[in-house]
Amino acid sequence: MRLPGDAPSPVAPAAPPLAADPLPGPRPLSPHAGRGQGPRFPGAPFRKDNRDHAAVMFLTLAVEQVVNGLFLGAIYLLIALGLSLIFSLGGIVNLAHGAFFAIGAYLTIVLSPYVGFGGAVVAAPALVGVLGLVVERVLFRRFYRSDPILSLLLTFGLAMVAEQALRMIFGAPPLPYGIPQALRGQIFVGDFILSRYRLTILAAVVVAVAAVWFLLQRTTFGRVVRAGVQNPDMVAALGISLKPYMAAVVVISVGLAALAGVMLAPISGVHPAMGAEVLTGAFVVVVIGGLGSFWGVVAAALIVGVVRGLMVLVYPGFAEAAIYALMAVILLVRPRGLFGERILRFE
Amino acid sequence: MTQGMNPTRRRLMQGGLAAGAALAMPALVRAQGEAIRIGHLTPRTGFLGPLGEYAVAAAQLAAEEINAAGGINGRRLELLTEDSVNPQTASSKAERYIERDKVAAVVGEISSASALAIGQVAQRGRTPFFNTGANSDALRGQDCKRFMFHIEGANSMYVKAVGRSLVQDGLVKGRKWYSLTADYAFGHDLLRVAKVFMQGNGGTFAADELVPTDATDFSAYLIKIRQAKPDLVISNLAGNQITNFLKQYAEYGLPFPIAGFGFDTALAWGAGPGNFAGTWPCLWHHKVDTPSAKAFVAAFTKKYGKPPENQAWGDYNAVRIVAQAIREAKSTEGPALVSYLEGGAKFDVLKPRPGYFRARDHQLISEMYAITALPADKVKDKWDIFSSSPALPGPNEDLEVLAPTAEEAGCRMEG
Repeated sequence: MRLPGDAPSPVAPAAPPLAADPLPGPRPLSPHAGRGQGPRFPGAPFRKDNRDHAAVMFLTLAVEQVVNGLFLGAIYLLIALGLSLIFSLGGIVNLAHGAFFAIGAYLTIVLSPYVGFGGAVVAAPALVGVLGLVVERVLFRRFYRSDPILSLLLTFGLAMVAEQALRMIFGAPPLPYGIPQALRGQIFVGDFILSRYRLTILAAVVVAVAAVWFLLQRTTFGRVVRAGVQNPDMVAALGISLKPYMAAVVVISVGLAALAGVMLAPISGVHPAMGAEVLTGAFVVVVIGGLGSFWGVVAAALIVGVVRGLMVLVYPGFAEAAIYALMAVILLVRPRGLFGERILRFE
Repeated sequence: MTQGMNPTRRRLMQGGLAAGAALAMPALVRAQGEAIRIGHLTPRTGFLGPLGEYAVAAAQLAAEEINAAGGINGRRLELLTEDSVNPQTASSKAERYIERDKVAAVVGEISSASALAIGQVAQRGRTPFFNTGANSDALRGQDCKRFMFHIEGANSMYVKAVGRSLVQDGLVKGRKWYSLTADYAFGHDLLRVAKVFMQGNGGTFAADELVPTDATDFSAYLIKIRQAKPDLVISNLAGNQITNFLKQYAEYGLPFPIAGFGFDTALAWGAGPGNFAGTWPCLWHHKVDTPSAKAFVAAFTKKYGKPPENQAWGDYNAVRIVAQAIREAKSTEGPALVSYLEGGAKFDVLKPRPGYFRARDHQLISEMYAITALPADKVKDKWDIFSSSPALPGPNEDLEVLAPTAEEAGCRMEG
């Protein structure tokens, strides 16, 4: 019996595999070397016989990608906001931030048989917040005034310990977890498709971010934190100890990261390295947004989400690299980021 | 021969050769040691890490079973394990296995790029390397080596295996495919052989998109797919990408059927019932119904609390094949093992028919399976989430019909 695959191909007859290889240039050796070589087929489904129709199609797709990008940006925002807060106030570049995100996702799987997904949305960030409090008291507190390279090493080590601990407890393969029944399904708006679950994520993010905004901008707590970001010595001279504020900021920050982990557990693989996967994107958001600016981080998260979505539309091979290119451009034009304030001690 | 040295060694040890001294002179201890070493090398971290964990677990199980049954020709089997990380690290660790640890064979790997690096070191060191997870056809073709053997199937074998059921289901001829491809060596190679298959069978691409390996969100791609209205969505993705893609495909509820050309059961398990969809190829799965397969599943489940999957199958077989080769060739020398393996020796590879290595490209020839996701209401537990085709090729067919032909492979071995 002949296999279909053995039938002589009318398109590429008897071409030896090497010659048929469409890859330009040398075969990439590293798994990442091939990135950015670009697609060989532009993705948009143009119809040559109807250019107007094609343009409308493209525009529809573009708008849809922008909307979708905002959803993605919302997830970036939850992680980046805490990252920015911890760095602005404590001067610590928290490379372990992704670990708190991953722990949040794992806790969702552990807790939801008992408290359901809705319970996990509250319980997981709370538990991770407690963990954050311990980490702040035992580790972070010793490094606020020291060379940033020390805290960088500390959090880098912490990230690895956390990832390996997850691996030892839960194993390396991804753990199954799905969207809760009540939140499944799609909503169609005109020609657009929206995932009901992503709308839920968006709602959760809006609530969480609004709460953080209120706390930072409209309360005494927030005034002290903002003053501490600008000039910790002056705050100390006024007789206010920043220590409890710093602890609270860390708890809130890692709680937000854990919330992002809870929200992503149903739609992405829950595995030990998931924290490392989201962290770089979040750093890009912080850098683009600028330090010390709440709205800078919000704007940057949404911009990064939208840019990525549009790149997938026009040039998917470059989609992940595009956000780094964006960061480089913005750093050239505005070294403090889009809305970055001038913070004396970081200059 | 070595057994004669045993009492001498024991006396020496008793005579006060402290453990510290033994550590200081590893070469001496090794020269007198009677264990046969196998060096296991596979990614334990990164996006292939989940599969590496199954690989190591299975290799350790095989080594334990062999030692429990009296070792290899009376000698104990010692399994060394390492994380291969990336091609550069894989190369230097393979070198250390061969030059310092004097292993009889190197076993493992999943990344095609790292497998090539290890193959080059194995060829120089004249020590056989058994690739258990790297799929690139080039490894069996232009990059083939006298001292490199492939337990893992080639990309083109996977494409042909699942392609058969796609042809049967009328999803190829005159149909439009939309493919997502992992943007690195493995994905590019898979896309190439998929194109050859599809064009040979009268299908076309609506689009083929490259996806960076660090992409975790597929929503932007799913929106494009929805607008393109393909007849079939093809995944040439790899590692954790597959889990993410499956979960989000379910989230968006797109109506198009899915098939994949590269696959590991662990990733489907990670997506979970209800999220796993489509038709996918694999070399083996835990429901294969042969006595040796059942024994393997039982032993693995007992030891690790979960059933083995296809990657576990590869590394379990690799260790057993090395043991059988040493036993029957009565040698641990690389060239002797290679000629034994090239001689058409048969191996029980836990499937209906025994497997063997082809001398021309060192590909293990054995049956394959196309598995199809069960609808959520038919799923009984978190492991049994798919149904399987019978073994492919069928019992009356030549076992080699799925494997690359000599022209397709284009392998020229030297050394």
